[in-house]
Amino acid sequence: MNTPMPPLAVLNYSLTTALGAGRAAQVEALRAGRGGLAPQRFEHCGLEAWVGEVAGLDRPLPTQWRSWDCRNNRLIELSLQQDGLMDAVSRLRARYGAARIGVFIGTSTAGVQQTERAYLLRDRNTDHLPDWFNYQTSQNAYSVADYVRLRLGLEGVALAISTACSSSAKVFASARRALAAGLCDAAVVGGADSLCLTTLYGFNALQLVSPEPCRPADAGRRGISIGEAAGFALLVPAPAEAELGLLGYGESSDAHHMSAPEPEGRGAAAAMQAALHRAGLAAESVDYIHLHGTATPANDLAEDHAVFRLFGAAVPASSTKGYFGHTLGAAGMVGAAVALLAIEQGFAPGSLNTQVVDPALQGRILLEGRELKLRQVLSNAFGFGGNNCSLLFGRLP
Amino acid sequence: MKLDLLAVGLSMPGLAGWVASQAVLRGEQAHALAELPPSAMTLLPANERRRAPPTVRLAFAAAEDAVDNGGLQPADWATVFVTSEADTPIIHRICHALAEPARLVSPTDFHNCVHNAAAGYWGIAAGCRLPSSSLSAWDFSFTAGLLEAGALALVEELPVLLVAYDLPPPVPLYASRKIAQPAALALALRAPGNGPALARLHLQSGGADDAESRCADVSLEALRLSNPAARALPLLVALAQGRGSVVLPAVGGTLRVELS
Repeated sequence: MNTPMPPLAVLNYSLTTALGAGRAAQVEALRAGRGGLAPQRFEHCGLEAWVGEVAGLDRPLPTQWRSWDCRNNRLIELSLQQDGLMDAVSRLRARYGAARIGVFIGTSTAGVQQTERAYLLRDRNTDHLPDWFNYQTSQNAYSVADYVRLRLGLEGVALAISTACSSSAKVFASARRALAAGLCDAAVVGGADSLCLTTLYGFNALQLVSPEPCRPADAGRRGISIGEAAGFALLVPAPAEAELGLLGYGESSDAHHMSAPEPEGRGAAAAMQAALHRAGLAAESVDYIHLHGTATPANDLAEDHAVFRLFGAAVPASSTKGYFGHTLGAAGMVGAAVALLAIEQGFAPGSLNTQVVDPALQGRILLEGRELKLRQVLSNAFGFGGNNCSLLFGRLP
Repeated sequence: MKLDLLAVGLSMPGLAGWVASQAVLRGEQAHALAELPPSAMTLLPANERRRAPPTVRLAFAAAEDAVDNGGLQPADWATVFVTSEADTPIIHRICHALAEPARLVSPTDFHNCVHNAAAGYWGIAAGCRLPSSSLSAWDFSFTAGLLEAGALALVEELPVLLVAYDLPPPVPLYASRKIAQPAALALALRAPGNGPALARLHLQSGGADDAESRCADVSLEALRLSNPAARALPLLVALAQGRGSVVLPAVGGTLRVELS
């Protein structure tokens, strides 16, 4: 268990959030300390909340993909169009063949917003949903992976992972196992979650939504701001023509509660420890930790216990949820992309909106972004059901 | 990919438990649909049991059956939960509520609506802190789960409990996703070893000429087609009959499973 693994090369990656579409938009805003959260006006939702909404999702999908049209697939489409991702996949397809490239995509709510709209517009006498409602291409969780594989012309193994907010971190572990077991030769991994009323009202019912922009690790933090995001990465076993790679990953379960983290952060610590083991690295080798950092009182405290136990107060850490919100099922992929960007740029982003760090937290929270030589970066993603996943990225030898 | 199968759990209409279903699966007794007995959920603390929705109960029925049949210590088994749709009755309630002016979503419904709800409850019930994944792959969900569980067992050298389940969606969602019967099964899998096993499974990509296996019994065949988890029935029939190889539907083709 947890034996060191040969690293996976990241051939290409992309990220689209409320900060904009593609990697450059993320870098620019993270460096400028400029957030993308705004008071929410989503679907006549009356809740007092801030959201990280992605611009440009009001255009329907191209004609030939019209039966897949929903906010979530529009977000996937926009993200696939960035950073030369489609061309890179074409090259992979030419090299390995479509049948040998796997697709592993994380989501928590897929296109449930389409179901919400269908229920609103249903025939109230017969209960019939409108004819435009296409369950398979929107509501179903696998729609995210199916759209990606069809859109990219891939015919290998494919699945959607849905473990709430750790979903699109877990896809890296799943892809690595599939590669190691010979189920595929290359993998497209990613995550996508879009704004919907289910999560806005659902988290509100759990009293976890902040009425102001979220403030991770702040003494006065009041909960999450929900965001939407999609991102992808192309993975092959190293060595390959790539400078960055996945060095390790760790997964664990809390076995504690459905919607609250285990207070001591034991599950979180186990996931981080397993990621270090797989990379064959000691805690001292980690130069920056991208926290899950949702800005709920319970999550930030439990994660801090775990980080402090493994790393002490030496390693700079921050959450980027203040920039684009908690993107739920996409949060793992967001963390992966931010970790890769941080290494590439030699820049650790600061914890936006955090004014006074909660004195109960013992870790070293970066309030301002900082130029740092980063060789290895750890990123955390923890979900409902006590599902934890940590990813360790770094420069390939 | 080769795997040892240590135990099976089963909860489908007319197939209430792996041991009790042997005669039907061997073809000695005709299959007839019958209402599923309620799951006892003996592993779950009373507090959580009260909150567990029917989807979670269905998954537990199969998982607990496998634990009983194999004499397993569930805390030592990593898990893969696979369901095409997760909890459509809750999705229905939430979307219904969101279409009304008050938009009142129940907090319990919200935390139970995550795709990995059954996995979360199982982790609490089993006291299991090992890796757990929850997947979907439409009608190919069982095969996708089998491959994920197999890779987890071989690459991480962990014993893995695979649990596949789906419930019929309520009206009006049923019109868009016709899962007609509830169905769940569980397989306890690990890397090939010297210990006792029900069978060794050899998984390989199906060839171009491979056609999906069917069930000879008409009623079992109807059940197979009624639910993504029931797509595993030809494998269970082959296991009960102690022989053969089956072809299961998979994303982009088929998966051949040989039993020895």
